[in-house]
Amino acid sequence: MSFRFKRWGSRWGLGAGRWAVLIVMMAGFTSSAHRPSPTAQREALRVCSDPNNLPFSDSLQHGFENRIASMLASDMHARLEYTWWPQRRGFVRNTLKAGDCDVVIGVPSGYDMVAATAPYYQSTYVFVTRADAGLSPKSFDDRSLRHARIGIHMMGDDYANSPAAVALMHRGLGANIHGYMIYGNYNEPSPPSRLLDAVVRKDVDVAIAWGPLAGYYARHSAVPLVVTPVSPRIDTPFLPFVYSISMGVRRGDTTRKAFLDSEIVRRHDDIRRVLGEYGVPLVGGS
Amino acid sequence: MRRQCELMAMTCVLVGASFIATACRNARAGEADTAQRTGTHDTTLTSAPNAPANAVALPPGNDNAQGSGEWTMPGRDFGGSRYSPLTDINVSNVKNLKVATTFSTSVLHGHEGQPLVIGSTMYVVTPFPNLLYSIDLTKPGGALNWVYAPNPDPRSVGIACCDIINRGAVYADGKIIYNTLDAQTVAVDAKSGKEVWRTRVGDISIGETMTGAPLVVKNAVIVGDAGAELGVRGYAEALDLGTGKPLWKAYNTGSDADALIGAEFKPFYAKDRGKDLGITTWPKDQWKLGGGTVWGWISYDPELNLLFYATANPGVWNPDLRPGDNKWSITLWARDPATGHAKWAYQFVAHDAWDYDEIMENIPVDMPVNGQMRKLLIHPGRDGFVYTFDRATGEILNANMYQPTNWAKGIDLKTGAPIEVPEKRTHEGVVTKDICPSSTGAKDQQPSAFSPRTGLLYVPAHNVCMDYEGVEANYIAGTPYLGASVKMFPGPGGYRGDLVAWDPVHGRATCDVKEDLPLWSGVLATAGDVVFYGTMDGWFKAIDARSCAPLWQFKTGSGIVGNPIAYRGPDGKEYVAVYSGIGGWMGAVAFPDISLDDPYTALGVAGAVPDLKKKSGMGGTLYVFSF
Repeated sequence: MSFRFKRWGSRWGLGAGRWAVLIVMMAGFTSSAHRPSPTAQREALRVCSDPNNLPFSDSLQHGFENRIASMLASDMHARLEYTWWPQRRGFVRNTLKAGDCDVVIGVPSGYDMVAATAPYYQSTYVFVTRADAGLSPKSFDDRSLRHARIGIHMMGDDYANSPAAVALMHRGLGANIHGYMIYGNYNEPSPPSRLLDAVVRKDVDVAIAWGPLAGYYARHSAVPLVVTPVSPRIDTPFLPFVYSISMGVRRGDTTRKAFLDSEIVRRHDDIRRVLGEYGVPLVGGS
Repeated sequence: MRRQCELMAMTCVLVGASFIATACRNARAGEADTAQRTGTHDTTLTSAPNAPANAVALPPGNDNAQGSGEWTMPGRDFGGSRYSPLTDINVSNVKNLKVATTFSTSVLHGHEGQPLVIGSTMYVVTPFPNLLYSIDLTKPGGALNWVYAPNPDPRSVGIACCDIINRGAVYADGKIIYNTLDAQTVAVDAKSGKEVWRTRVGDISIGETMTGAPLVVKNAVIVGDAGAELGVRGYAEALDLGTGKPLWKAYNTGSDADALIGAEFKPFYAKDRGKDLGITTWPKDQWKLGGGTVWGWISYDPELNLLFYATANPGVWNPDLRPGDNKWSITLWARDPATGHAKWAYQFVAHDAWDYDEIMENIPVDMPVNGQMRKLLIHPGRDGFVYTFDRATGEILNANMYQPTNWAKGIDLKTGAPIEVPEKRTHEGVVTKDICPSSTGAKDQQPSAFSPRTGLLYVPAHNVCMDYEGVEANYIAGTPYLGASVKMFPGPGGYRGDLVAWDPVHGRATCDVKEDLPLWSGVLATAGDVVFYGTMDGWFKAIDARSCAPLWQFKTGSGIVGNPIAYRGPDGKEYVAVYSGIGGWMGAVAFPDISLDDPYTALGVAGAVPDLKKKSGMGGTLYVFSF
């Protein structure tokens, strides 16, 4: 998997079925006095997306966010276009805010760099262990964590880290932490997955990871893994492990936001089914 | 000077001018004038073994002996003094300074760094895409000889933390050598513009970028990495000047072997002594994500044969997560440039909780202290203190505040450790109000200048404080989490910038110029006793080196975050040049695509300079001034 810079990325990420439609349309152009037909000018759904971040998205459109985007485009009778950019610092600035695309399919519901829609799913941080490990913590207070090697994601130097780091520090377990940069090596597929590779390889006894990544990884792992939601859901002081996920548009883009909000209600069951296929652990009214 | 006159003769043949002799005569007259003037002050420009005990000097061999009119290294000389011995432009006539020519770089981003002048050619390195321009100074207004494009990998743009800046090139052995944003070092033939070698130093796939300027010491090109925000492990590396092949690499975390620490290593303070401190001062294995990059200024003292540079803050964020001193983050190194072996080290801030990375300049000067000549090293710190070291040993002679500072009360000269104020230490999930200075520091990368004529260091400073506040939802790679929000605001006193003239022997300011905006430009001091600097709203200013009295100013098209230089042109006249092009960490607030309600992108600095958008548009222009 190589990195895709946004201007090099495919903006015409069409699935096989849509190719057929396009070919028919193009045939139509050539036979109709070189004048574009009204259907050729139909609206595009322009999505800002990471080309290398399964299970969320990738440039082959194999992620669950890609599936949801296809669903939306189909309802809009719109073309689906992607602007590819890694979801790191500058992602929103260089894609959505730059005006190159109009929707981010997944953002935390309280994320203030975008106008967020209603939440469409809620997931949780989880413990991930090998099924043969004889260790399956259910809570940050579980005694089995005291002598465990615990892998977590590190977010870098921007005044931020995984909430698991803080929960472990508060319990005097800082020395047990093994950090894995969430950025990883972008030349490798789905860089954040190295944290879960570490569980499989027995480099750590348990990983604490965001649910969608862990659920998908466990579903495809040759080594059986156990995925358990962390407890408590909100640690003290205010330290949540459960997050609601929304779609994001530019602030002021109220028409699009209203459309997406209505889609989230109308397509509720379809979205749930997709998330289920990817093993996303759901909490709250699921 | 002789070499320069030869070069001038070569180039000037083309224009058939008969002014060469005059030019060289003028140049010599200028030098003679300098020597005469220095005799009237208690200073000398070059230190002889029998120099009087009260002389102030840059270290012998400090200058590169390539002509006083040239600017061949980032900070002009090995020590990075940014002192020009030219005197044509001086306190009495600087008021007549006019724009001589301008040059657009075609890049609208932060223009940190400075051009080089070798013979009758000027070299300009731009921010990403890191173009190198060669400009013929013998042609009216300057004419483009060639442009070299290294084509750095565009994904480095998405990785760089604080704008896509570059801090300039160095000249040696007929080559212009500089770093590209995608972590390569390139050497380009100074005459033809052809690439001589290119070395991939870092890997952008893991977040490594390069923004600093290299320094060449004998046959070693010294470079360092950037990218601590992404958990990169910091290092300095030496490359062979002829081939670009690696000579040595010294890591700032990990084992003594990795840090090139051996039998020669003699830190002055006990706190910096011990085996494998780059491992033992971290939680298990966390040194691998340890930060401590080398993205700032590198200097060298030929007499003691010591290389000096200091390292960035430790990763990962959240000091609670990395109990221990976190060596060798925020550390000043003295090393043997040939082998990289460490001679001494001093960690400014152990277990950083404020992002006080100390990659600032370290300027060697020789000055009398209590009647005895001492070999000093001056480090104006991000953390609010100016440190004066004995550069042979690493002992601190004085360390005093130069801007409002409250995280520490002072530096204990017996132990070398700061006297911290515990309630100003940050912890994740805890609100800490009114910390001074902010993460941007009492100064950041913008380099100071030292004049041996006045014995003063001219420091471009900030007065900005911060609240370290509660949590906010954020996400990376599909993963939500909580980050702290840092809110910056102007410090006490009703000013945000300060050009400070600092006496390094007595550890005190002698005069200063308060500025509205934080200073993000470097400083130039000249033998004409004029000090030049720029402001983020585009004013280029000259002040009196002794009184700090304003002498002249000119409004350029964009904010100035570059470093001024002085050089002698092929026509024999002195010129002063500086980039105008807002950007960099704080300057990025001026960019239209950075919104003031976007605390993550600008890492909190928007609160320090919310007015910058109105005060500077983007730019990318070289301005050259003369009479």
